[in-house]
Amino acid sequence: MATAALDPAHATSPKRSVLVDWLTTVDHKKIGILYGASAFIFFLIGGLEAEVIRLQLMKPDTHLVSPEFYNQLFTMHGTTMIFLAVMPISAMFFNFFVPLLIGARDVAFPRLNAMSFWVFLLGGLFINASLLMNAAPNGGWFGYAPLSSRQYSPGVNMDFWALGLQILGIASLAAGVNFFTTILNMRAPGMTLMRMPMFVWSVLVTQVLVLLSFPVITIALVMLTADRNFHASFFSYNVAGGDPMLWQHLFWVFGHPEVYILIMPAFGIVSEILPVFSRKPLFGYSAMVFSMAFIAFLGFGVWSHHMFATGMGPLADSFFSLMTMLIAIPTGVKIFNWIGTLWGGSLQFKTPLYFALGFIAMFIMGGLSGVMHAVAPADLQQTDSYFVVAHFHYVLFGGSIFSLTAGAYYWWPKMFGRMLDEGLGKVHFWLMLIGFNLTFFPMHFVGLLGMPRRIYTYPSGLGFDGYNMASTIGALTLGVGFLVFIYNVIRTWRTGAHAPADPWGGATLEWAIPSPPQEWNFAVEPTVTEKDALWAMKRAAGVKVLPEPPLVSGKGIHLPSPSWWPLFTSFGILIFMVGIMVKGETHGFPFGPISVFGVLLTAFSIFKWSYQPVDHPTSH
Amino acid sequence: MTAAVLDHDSADAHEEHPTSLRIDSRKLAIWTFIGSECLFFAALITTFVIYRNSHATGPGPKDVFEVPLVTAGTAVLLFSSFFVVMALNGAQEGNRKKLLLWLSLTVLCGCFFVGMQVYEFTGFMHKGMGYSTNLFATSFFTLTGFHGTHVAIGTLWLGTLLKDAYKGRIPPNKALNLEIAALYWHFVDVVWIIIFPVVYLMSLFAK
Amino acid sequence: MRYLHVPRPWYRPVGLLGALAAVLVAGCSGPYPQSTLEPRGDFAAMVDSVFMTTVYLAAVVFVLVEGALLFVLFKFRGKPSDADPKQIHGSTVVEIIWTIIPAVVLAVVAVPTVRTIFATAAVPATSPDGQPPLKVEVVGHQWFWEFRYPDLGITTANELHVPIHRTVDLRMKSADVIHAFWVPQFAGKRDVFPNRETRLWFTAAVTGEFPGACAEFCGTEHARMDFYLMVDSAAAFTAWVDRRHADSTMMYTGAPKHAADSVPLASMDPKVARGKQLFTTKTCVVCHSLSAMNPFKDQIGPNLSGIGTRKMIGAGWLPNTDENLREWIEHTQKVKPDVLMKGLPPISDDEAAALIAYLRTMR
Repeated sequence: MATAALDPAHATSPKRSVLVDWLTTVDHKKIGILYGASAFIFFLIGGLEAEVIRLQLMKPDTHLVSPEFYNQLFTMHGTTMIFLAVMPISAMFFNFFVPLLIGARDVAFPRLNAMSFWVFLLGGLFINASLLMNAAPNGGWFGYAPLSSRQYSPGVNMDFWALGLQILGIASLAAGVNFFTTILNMRAPGMTLMRMPMFVWSVLVTQVLVLLSFPVITIALVMLTADRNFHASFFSYNVAGGDPMLWQHLFWVFGHPEVYILIMPAFGIVSEILPVFSRKPLFGYSAMVFSMAFIAFLGFGVWSHHMFATGMGPLADSFFSLMTMLIAIPTGVKIFNWIGTLWGGSLQFKTPLYFALGFIAMFIMGGLSGVMHAVAPADLQQTDSYFVVAHFHYVLFGGSIFSLTAGAYYWWPKMFGRMLDEGLGKVHFWLMLIGFNLTFFPMHFVGLLGMPRRIYTYPSGLGFDGYNMASTIGALTLGVGFLVFIYNVIRTWRTGAHAPADPWGGATLEWAIPSPPQEWNFAVEPTVTEKDALWAMKRAAGVKVLPEPPLVSGKGIHLPSPSWWPLFTSFGILIFMVGIMVKGETHGFPFGPISVFGVLLTAFSIFKWSYQPVDHPTSH
Repeated sequence: MTAAVLDHDSADAHEEHPTSLRIDSRKLAIWTFIGSECLFFAALITTFVIYRNSHATGPGPKDVFEVPLVTAGTAVLLFSSFFVVMALNGAQEGNRKKLLLWLSLTVLCGCFFVGMQVYEFTGFMHKGMGYSTNLFATSFFTLTGFHGTHVAIGTLWLGTLLKDAYKGRIPPNKALNLEIAALYWHFVDVVWIIIFPVVYLMSLFAK
Repeated sequence: MRYLHVPRPWYRPVGLLGALAAVLVAGCSGPYPQSTLEPRGDFAAMVDSVFMTTVYLAAVVFVLVEGALLFVLFKFRGKPSDADPKQIHGSTVVEIIWTIIPAVVLAVVAVPTVRTIFATAAVPATSPDGQPPLKVEVVGHQWFWEFRYPDLGITTANELHVPIHRTVDLRMKSADVIHAFWVPQFAGKRDVFPNRETRLWFTAAVTGEFPGACAEFCGTEHARMDFYLMVDSAAAFTAWVDRRHADSTMMYTGAPKHAADSVPLASMDPKVARGKQLFTTKTCVVCHSLSAMNPFKDQIGPNLSGIGTRKMIGAGWLPNTDENLREWIEHTQKVKPDVLMKGLPPISDDEAAALIAYLRTMR
């Protein structure tokens, strides 16, 4: 149907190759796809690391990998899954769908958006490059000092970690400013805050968490880098009275909000899917908004529940115990409201609903074990045991990954214009549900039976053997589940059915436009009169599905111009960090020539970027 | 840095698309960024307060601080906040002379402050207080160095705007370019107003 | 349409899950010597009690909420052709009710939580056996545990002996990075730091040998930083202490005691005598003390007093057999890579045998 004349992206600008097009794109949808593709590859790497971990732990006294390599594996698995998989897969949805859901042409700052992506990608490649050098980070994703100090980690392993996370932090903060501004300022006429889709709310809350928590880890990493590379001793007790506890406080002031950064978008996605597949609006919209805000607020007051075993004293323990328990209340409200949404609905059992229901079922279990951790004395037995591993996988895999997968099946047709196969999707779901529970449910028991975390092997005779065998079988099942997903994607790519604009009977604006959307999203800016804007439009028109929207020429629509400078800026930042790792200091000046070059490249790129015109009309 | 890249970069810079909050996205973004920046400085200032008495090895605050010099720097930075307001006023009125005069003064103040800090740091080195001499020194240099970097970036930013102004590229309808830079500059100034008493005055008069 | 709704029995995979769970339970039988669920002391029992409260409550909540979810899935299955259901946007009353219920449940958990926090915080002034608590200084090392009894003047490693019914007052530090002391059947974890002392206590209610572990990731060999808690009867503990004192007397006064060391080299079993010389010439003595009354704190290697009769070697990892000891002495870096015992003069089978013979005389 689309003809060359109707495809002005290629008709207008001077001929650009596909590669250049993707390298310089500032289109939020393309950036979203870039985020998704890179994050999925990182997710597979992290998953592979998990499979090797499980093979190593399948039986007692195994020597499949060396202790040193095992420590690298679990550090990289945690770091990868948190920063390179769950966060950027969420970012894929933020990028692709926030502008569509609020009826905007793009994000507030398209070039800054491109920079966020390139910084993220280079940071992720930087951390993973350590694997090729056999020097992957080996001090845990939490990098506790003094183990992470130069004295106890003399190699470059933890430099890769500290500097890599620093790079990723820049990407997250830039995206945080961008999406916060976009959501507050780019909404279509009539879309008040309390009419926004719940996913958009979840993104807004997530960005607040990012903006207020990432600065703290940035400073902590600056200090760790100073300790490791510039002879400082912020966290090294033996030189001048530095305190390792300072690292723990700074890390968890960031680290606890970080887990909400991982779960909030999952809440949002499920809150979009449940109404559509129950054909009934979200139950208790305001309660859902306020419970999310309340969880985020409390999230900044509970960090020390990660530190009960440090012996903070009974008053602090009681305070952080009770604060943590409070979080269960808004979380409970969310779960009940989701069930309330399903109640009385007409449930359409499509793959997205399967995964969304899996999310609710698994997240309830993660929440219940979370309350057990809030009981400080009980946590003294649970912390740093496999019970904790079980808990946070129920929250982050059973929660985040199930929900992100639900989102992938739900939004795939909109992103790529083809329907993923339902049958394969359901096979994927059951393999994932069974594999997931078989992997992580036994970990509750083996943790309570005394198996500590982060051990590369264990002796037989402690009763751990059977549980670990079960976990390994489960992990392999999970792996097969994702192979089915990959097969589904490849098959859909080649032979999948073309998706209509609105395959599910959607409630929100993205389903009003063609699948995949044209470059400018909305040919005519939509006007919103109430929540579930598209349902309102359909009701007004008296139809179940609106007629297929036509493809338009987009003549005269202003779109942001592509730019090289975000990419160059990102390289400047990477080079600066590499410089710190390669050469710490020159004649007392803390930065070597490579770092100086990185700073100059960054500054030059930002300067050129500032003077580049913003946009061009799509047609002259 | 994030602030700088917002300059001129907004998809909705057209009058036909009013923003939801009726406030320019760049202005909203710089406020958001400033909110985030508060946490950077909160973490740094907290660390300094924890470690300010850790100077068993090497010099402490009383051995090195030169309060008169830093007071002068503080005053200059304070005045520069006033100057940039005058410059913005000039830009909004389309008064090029006023804009150029006050903006030049602001940039000069920024340069003076950075120069003051370089001079101060060099003096500390000569008095035997290097970056890693003790934890007081490390956290002092990290905090004030981080702030100094902000001043330097702000000075560069205002410097490029001064160049624009000189070439007549800041007409009244583009005064916002200067306004967001001024917002950042005020923030950097306010942070120093916290750092100066906490770092210099409290360390000197405590105990 | 290609995406027709095909009803299929949802319970089939769930039944499979149940079958797998049954296999799982059958495949995992005890004993569980490191279990937190079988407390053998007062501290762990208090923790277990508050934990079980949460487990029972959680089980009830789990059944109700997951049950409600399953019920909804049964009850409200729809077909694509169905008319839209009633559009409900919420209910303030219902939402207030389900905000209050979790709050009440949490209050029920909060009371015993705070009570237990305070009950486990301070070391009791007297033990159940009427004596003051036994002070033990714990020092975590990469990767072994040092135990010192300041009031008894003795030091040992990796096997902590305590008497039954006597409260143990642990004062803990680390010689390097952060570790965590964990002996699950007696108490929760407590981190040990290089720059501050942390405290923990427990009273053992039964005698026996109980495994413990380091629970805070502490580097390459974190997995093999285990130890044993040896709970002795009061008499057995006194006898153990006396033997440790005897070692030291032997070391510092040369007074004839039961140890082989008091015998002149010439009249010793020649193999033992050779081992004694090798212990010095192969530089073992630089890092390891054979005396429990060693005056030097924070030794580099584990104290070896009574090594001849210890249960395990290599920090609670390997049974103390001649074969394992020989492997350890000859190929330390192969048995436990990265431990400090490296770059030492090579030791032949013959020499190892002599060293073992000598070490076996340390009782």
